[in-house]
Amino acid sequence: MSLYDEIGGEAAINAAVDVFYRKVLKDDRIKHYFDGLDMVKQAAKQKAFLTLALGGPNNYTGEDMRKGHAHLKGLNDSHFDAVMENLGATLTELNVPGHLIAQAAAIAESTRKDVLNR
Amino acid sequence: MPKVVYGGQSYESAGKSVLECLTAQGVSIPSSCHSGLCQTCMMRAVSGAVPAKAQAGLKDALVAQNYFLACTCYPEQDIEAVLAADGLDKQQAMVTKVEYLNADILGIRLKPSQPFEYRAGQFINFFKDADTVRCYSLASVPGIDDELSLHVRKVPGGQVSGWMFESLKAGDAITISEAAGDCFYLAGKPEQNILLVGTGSGLAPLYGIIRDALRNGHKGKISLYHGSYNTEGLYLVDELRKLAQAHANFSYVPCVSEGAAPQGYAYGMVLDVALEGHPDLSGWRVFLCGNPDMVKAAQQQTFLAGASMGEIFADPFG
Ligand SMILES: Cc1cc2nc3c(=O)[nH]c(=O)nc-3n(C[C@H](O)[C@H](O)[C@H](O)COP(=O)(O)OP(=O)(O)OC[C@H]3O[C@@H](n4cnc5c(N)ncnc54)[C@H](O)[C@@H]3O)c2cc1C
Ligand code: HEM
Ligand code: FES
Repeated sequence: MSLYDEIGGEAAINAAVDVFYRKVLKDDRIKHYFDGLDMVKQAAKQKAFLTLALGGPNNYTGEDMRKGHAHLKGLNDSHFDAVMENLGATLTELNVPGHLIAQAAAIAESTRKDVLNR
Repeated sequence: MPKVVYGGQSYESAGKSVLECLTAQGVSIPSSCHSGLCQTCMMRAVSGAVPAKAQAGLKDALVAQNYFLACTCYPEQDIEAVLAADGLDKQQAMVTKVEYLNADILGIRLKPSQPFEYRAGQFINFFKDADTVRCYSLASVPGIDDELSLHVRKVPGGQVSGWMFESLKAGDAITISEAAGDCFYLAGKPEQNILLVGTGSGLAPLYGIIRDALRNGHKGKISLYHGSYNTEGLYLVDELRKLAQAHANFSYVPCVSEGAAPQGYAYGMVLDVALEGHPDLSGWRVFLCGNPDMVKAAQQQTFLAGASMGEIFADPFG
């Protein structure tokens, strides 16, 4: 069984989207990157983010991640760490077991080079 | 093999998704994730059934209007599709009444020439001429009002609103599109509380949505905040006060942001007043219409106050 299915599939992601995005918008370290973006489109994009981080079905490539974040000026490790932290806190809040959170963190971590365009 | 019809051309789907099928033929459809997540490739079916899988994750209001994601849509029968923004039918309508709702807002009634299906709160395209088109929200409710009604605010130097204020009159024949947009009331959760926040002519869709909800026997709170600079900028005040007297679950707070607020009015920016009254919006449904800056800020702030993203409906008027 994949991590995505073990966590609860699409239903779990839907529950996580609101919790995660509320944390991001309240996080002074990163919220400016999301200011003024269309909330409705963001709901879908946050869902895409979580699906990817939780190993769900997606067709994103490393190249897509590079292109998708290239326009975010000054993006660095501290921002990436903040997102990782919010992801972990979201899954904890939704009572996802620790060993699954660790797996999700590892998948998200694997995108660091691409997201930060190195 | 099912066919995909787009832009007057017909293509064999050959087991491919609508997106793959169209892009393979050189038709450009915006897309990003190719896995039904980002909703960039949204289209609308004007005929043919959409497989349920292609609507996974879309809001109920969009599903109800046959929107779907092209990248996850593997047609099981012929399907005719348009880009989400295009493809609205047009028809003639007759202006039956033009009246001032206040010094800056015109109430316009229209009688469509053909049967007109819509949901209270949706908008139409209004054609001044073939190339000059603007969106206006419907303030009328199917089943309550015989005619369509619009509230148009005078925009200084406005091509279309200016023209309406100067020369539109009863008896004129004009062109409108069919109704579109997902800012409307869906029955099905009668106990849910509803918050509505609008500025200026942003009251138009809210006035329709409120009366539609009440007509459907909505049981939860329905809480309306309407804001302007001063009392002269508000309108339908008496009608809304009467509606609030007739329905215990409907409340109406007119807000003014300049000078002092007379009795019966709240003082402050409408969004601030609304959030002060409702600091916790968990489980609420939210409708936001009017000034684009207010609407954008309100989307974020009502979400942070606990409303779920999927339950926030908004029409920025700009
Ligand atoms: C979904 C939707 C629903 C809408 N519903 C309504 C409605 O119910 N009632 C209504 O009155 N309007 C509504 N609008 C706004 C409407 O479509 C027009 O944008 C507005 O009437 C101005 O058009 P115009 O041709 O008069 O002005 P234009 O000639 O387009 O603009 C003239 C000048 O005014 C500026 N301007 C444009 N719009 C505004 C504005 N809203 N406020 C301040 N300055 C502006 C422009 O930048 C330009 O400089 C809606 C818009 C959308 C997108
Ligand atoms: C932890 C690893 C990350 C992953 C896996 C990830 C994944 C994604 C995905 C899948 C999208 C949607 C792309 C699309 O289809 O349009 C996206 C968009 C976005 N991401 Fe990330 N992301 C990560 C980190 C970050 C960080 C650190 C930031 C900034 C603090 C960030 C900011 C954004 C923004 C602002 C968008 C939306 C862009 C737009 O709408 O134009 N992301 N991300
Ligand atoms: S391309 Fe992302 S939903 Fe279709």
